[in-house]
Order: sequence, then C-alpha cells, then structure tokens
Amino acid sequence: MPTAIEVHNLRKTFKGGVRALEDVSFQVEAGTVFGLLGPNGAGKTTIVRILTTILPPDSGLAMIMGIDVTKSPQLARERLGLAGQAAAVDERLTGEENLFMIGRLNHLSKQVARTRSSELLHDFGLEHAAKRILSTYSGGMRRRLDLAAALVAQPPILFLDEPTTGLDPKSRNDLWEIIEKLLADGTTVLLTTQYLEEADRLATRIAVVDHGRVIAEGTPDELKASFGATVLELSFQDEGTAAKAQRTLGALASAPIQQLENRLELPVADGAATTVLVLERLLDEKINPTKINLREPSLDDVFLALTDQHPSDQEES
Amino acid sequence: MATTTVSSDQHRSKFFWMATDALTITKRNLINYVRIPQSLVFSTIQPVMFVLLFRYVFGGAIGSETSKLGLSYVDYLMPGIFIQTIAFGSVQTGVGLAEDLQKGIIERFHALPMTRSAVLAGRTIADLIRNLVVIVIMIIVGFLVGFRIGTNIGEFLAGVGIALLFAYALSWFFALIGLAAPNSETAQVMAFPLLFPLTFASSAFVPVQTMPSWLRGFANHQPLSVAVNAARSLMDGPVAAHAAGSTTGDLAITAIIWCVVLLIIMIPLSVNIYRRRV
Ligand SMILES: Nc1ncnc2c1ncn2[C@@H]1O[C@H](COP(=O)(O)OP(=O)(O)OP(=O)(O)O)[C@@H](O)[C@H]1O
Ligand SMILES: [Mg+2]
Repeated sequence: MPTAIEVHNLRKTFKGGVRALEDVSFQVEAGTVFGLLGPNGAGKTTIVRILTTILPPDSGLAMIMGIDVTKSPQLARERLGLAGQAAAVDERLTGEENLFMIGRLNHLSKQVARTRSSELLHDFGLEHAAKRILSTYSGGMRRRLDLAAALVAQPPILFLDEPTTGLDPKSRNDLWEIIEKLLADGTTVLLTTQYLEEADRLATRIAVVDHGRVIAEGTPDELKASFGATVLELSFQDEGTAAKAQRTLGALASAPIQQLENRLELPVADGAATTVLVLERLLDEKINPTKINLREPSLDDVFLALTDQHPSDQEES
Repeated sequence: MATTTVSSDQHRSKFFWMATDALTITKRNLINYVRIPQSLVFSTIQPVMFVLLFRYVFGGAIGSETSKLGLSYVDYLMPGIFIQTIAFGSVQTGVGLAEDLQKGIIERFHALPMTRSAVLAGRTIADLIRNLVVIVIMIIVGFLVGFRIGTNIGEFLAGVGIALLFAYALSWFFALIGLAAPNSETAQVMAFPLLFPLTFASSAFVPVQTMPSWLRGFANHQPLSVAVNAARSLMDGPVAAHAAGSTTGDLAITAIIWCVVLLIIMIPLSVNIYRRRV
C-alpha cells in the first residue's frame, strides 16, 4: 500500500510562545482511516491545519500523496478535502448555494457543481433544507453541511477535525456510514475525535497526541493490548473508602489506577489471579467493596492511562 | 451515496479560473448584501440627508459663492455628493473584508485550490456594483432636487465612470485597512478619520477659494477633489473646469492617473498582505 500522508518531525510554536507541536511524526497508508486522539490543546487541529496548507510549520516535513504541502500547496489543495473544527460555511447563503460555491471554487464545471450539490444534500439528509438560508439551520444541520462541503470535489484525502461533535446519535451513525463508504471507494481519511468509540469503530490506526507529541501509535487492538489484559472495576460505599483502597492496591495494578468518585478502575495484567490478591488485600484492610466487575479494556482506559502519565501542567481548556 | 465522478475542468487556463473565482466570490458577496437590505438602505439614507442638508440648509449661503463661478449650487453640489457617497461606500470593502477574516469560512478558502486573491477581487468588485446602484439612486435624487446636466449624456456618463473608478481605487485602499484591522468595528473606526478630511477639506461641497490659504493647497490637489473636479466638469461643463483653474480634459486625465496609480500601488500591496495574513 502506498503512503497517502506523511509527517516527519513537525514543529510549530505560535506567536506568544505556545509550543503547539514539539515533534510529530506519523504515516498514513492510502485507503485507511487514521485517528488522532488527544486531550484539548494537544495539537490535533494544528496538525490538520498544517497538512491542509492553512498554516506553515516551523520545521519538519508534511506530505500528502508525495506532495510537500509547504512547497506545492496548490497541488496539495487539489487533492484534499477539509471539514475543520469550526463550521466554515456562509451564514447568509442557502445550503445549496454554499455547496455550489465550494464546487466552483474547487474548479468544477457549473453542471458538475450543481449535481454534486444535490447529491450531497441528499446523502446528508438536508434535501428539505436545501433552499433555506444557513442562519435558520440547527447546529447539527450546519455541521452536516460543513462535512458535505468537504466532499464536493471527491478528494482522495479527507481531513475531518472532530466531525461528529454536536451531532445527534443518528446523524453520527449516518456520518460513520458515509465515511465507511468513502473508505470502500479508496479515500484516505485523517480524523481527530474526542470519542474513543468513534476511533475504535472507524480508525485503522490511531495516534495518541499529547503536548505536541505522539505518545502512542498502533491499531485500536494493539493499543488495548499494550494497556494490560483486563480492567477490574471496584465500587465502594463512598469516595473516601475508594481513595483508601486506591492507596492500598497501587502495587497490584499494571498501570495507574483511575478513581471515578466511589469507583476504582484497576488495569490488571492477569485478571483472575490478581482479583484474588486484590480481594485478600482489601479483606486485610477491612475494606468492603460494594460491587466487583472484570471487563475488557476500552480505548478510554488506554487514553486516560497514557495522558495521565504526562502531568497536564500546560494544558489549555 | 454520491455517484457522479468528479474531475475538475483542468483544461481551462489559469486566467480563466482567476476570473471565475473572483466572480464566484463577487456573487457570494452580492447575495450577502441583498439578504441584508438594511445595508443598502442605510448607505443611501445618509447621502440623501446630505443632499437635503446642503441643498436646502447651507445652499443659500454657499450658493452666492458658486454663482460667482457661474454655477447654481445644486449643479455644483451633486457631483460632489456622488463622489462623497461612493467614497463612504467603499469603506464597506474594508469592513466586509475584516468581517470575512474573522469568519471560519476563510479557513476553508485557504485550503481550496481557488485563486487566493479572489477573496479581495470579489470583495472590491461586489462593492463596485453596490456603488453603481447607490450612484444611480443618487442621480435620481439629484434630478428630483433640481440638478440638471450641463453637458451631454456621453460626458455625463464619463463623469459617472470617473466617480466609479475613484470608488474602486478607494476600495482597494480600504481593503488594506480591513486587512490591518483586528475586526470589522475597528476597520470602520479607522476609516473615518482618513475619510473626513478628504471629504470636507475638498471641493465637494464648497469652492476651495473660500477656504484659508493654508488649507487651499491641500483641498485643491488631494485625490477626492481631483475626482470631484473632473466629474463636475464632465457633468456641468467648462464653467466648472474653469472654476477649478483647468480644462475638462486635463482634469479627467489627472483624475484617471490618480486612480490608476492608487490601484497599481494598492492591489499588489493588499494581495501580498492578504497572502501573509493567515
Ligand atoms: N492561532 C494560535 N495562536 C496561539 N496559540 C494557538 C493557536 N492555535 C492553537 N494554539 C495553541 O496551540 C495548542 C494546540 O492547539 P490545537 O488547536 O492544535 O489543539 P487540539 O488538540 O486541536 O485541541 P482541541 O481538542 O481542544 O480541539 C494549544 O495550546 C492552543 O492554545
Ligand atoms: Mg482541535
């Protein structure tokens, strides 16, 4: 498989000294979905803006389909579609006018631009609102139109920055299906998301970004496996008891224990055997759990564990 | 799911797409103007008030000065009003551009294969068309308050042409201010201290002969006066050219040179700043 997106040692410091990207490298195979995960302020949007020629990097190499985006931005722009984090549509145009305009600015003929516009309005369930001015759209409708605009020119590479934020579950599902179909047609997708479920379902590979660095990369399964075999969930009467249990059990977990109010989540390498040890220890300390559950790890666990190891001192919210 | 196979019209020349992109953005801006009709109403109400104010309130006093030059005040006034109105109208270029730069859609434009300068070209062309509409309204208002053409229709239209050329040059100047301003309100506020001396220390409303000598030099030669003198001569006749101490032909050529020089400086400057401002 050829490489569709390539990023080497990307660095970016904004005016005012915010180091958004410390050193980012990754590669995306053509025809796959690559997920960028990371907490707020990690640098995801900055990576997307550099790859889509909006922002120049301070140093490093960013390539799409073998084209250096800083050296040949025009060639790159002919091959990419972007749905940015903030909706980029004209509030005073209708849905149809917006898509037609984007089609023309993508240098499609009038006729093709018109056809694409009605196809996409149909695909995104906006046919009934085609002739309405955008300021009368709901947030989710605007978001869908924004995504449709990214697809007008059928770009081989698609950048979606938090595409499903603000969508209801049905629209989210519809969008996932659209992305899966695009994938089947050979489109390469780079996607940032806050929803790990989304990354798990769509992404072929995932990079976890934190403080401007890639701190983990792999398939969803690899990331889950690297985390530890299972998660032991323990509930207690109150938060204080849970905190006490956390101190007692620290040594038994294979990664930092997460406390969520009166609940503890212990990543454990050897599920059953460790559970016995945990219960023995709790018995010794006279701490009684109210609930016990052993489950497979989710991407949330991976994400929390990974981003926790890096104290979020410079994090922006 | 979409089935149409898309391939862009690559065989077209670069110039074709430059023009098409500019027109696409022009259309977008015009639709924006039409959908907020208040903007057109407000940009004509103010000049109409100026016409009434000068024609009927100050006109009696100033009229004795213009009749010494051989012109009735309403004929003296209206060409000045045309230029003043569209000069104020071209401030909108800077305001609209500053507004655009605050919007998310500009990010999308930057990631599209469109000509980058189309955002500027489309903005100034839309404002030119808007100014054309405004000037037509003002001509009708002029006729209603007693303004009459002293030359012929051809020269009159040439005068309108010079007014629009001047407005277009000013649009590019205000584009520069719109690009420098952090937001549209600031662009608006920045424009007026520049526009006020140009409009009022000029030959637009009163003959410069009535001004103190230290002001006369500036008032006579600054670009807005040059444009007003040219338009007035083309609309009212040689009397007006004589009052400005020149001939209609010379005044027209001077005005055109001013506008062309302004455009030659402002267009590349604005385009360059726009490209760099991400
Ligand atoms: N134009 C800018 N000027 C200054 N700092 C910026 C700018 N854009 C982003 N930053 C900073 O760069 C860092 C990375 O921002 P970025 O938008 O890439 O994060 P993100 O991962 O997309 O976050 P989120 O999940 O909140 O969207 C943040 O600290 C942010 O404050
Ligand atoms: Mg972001």
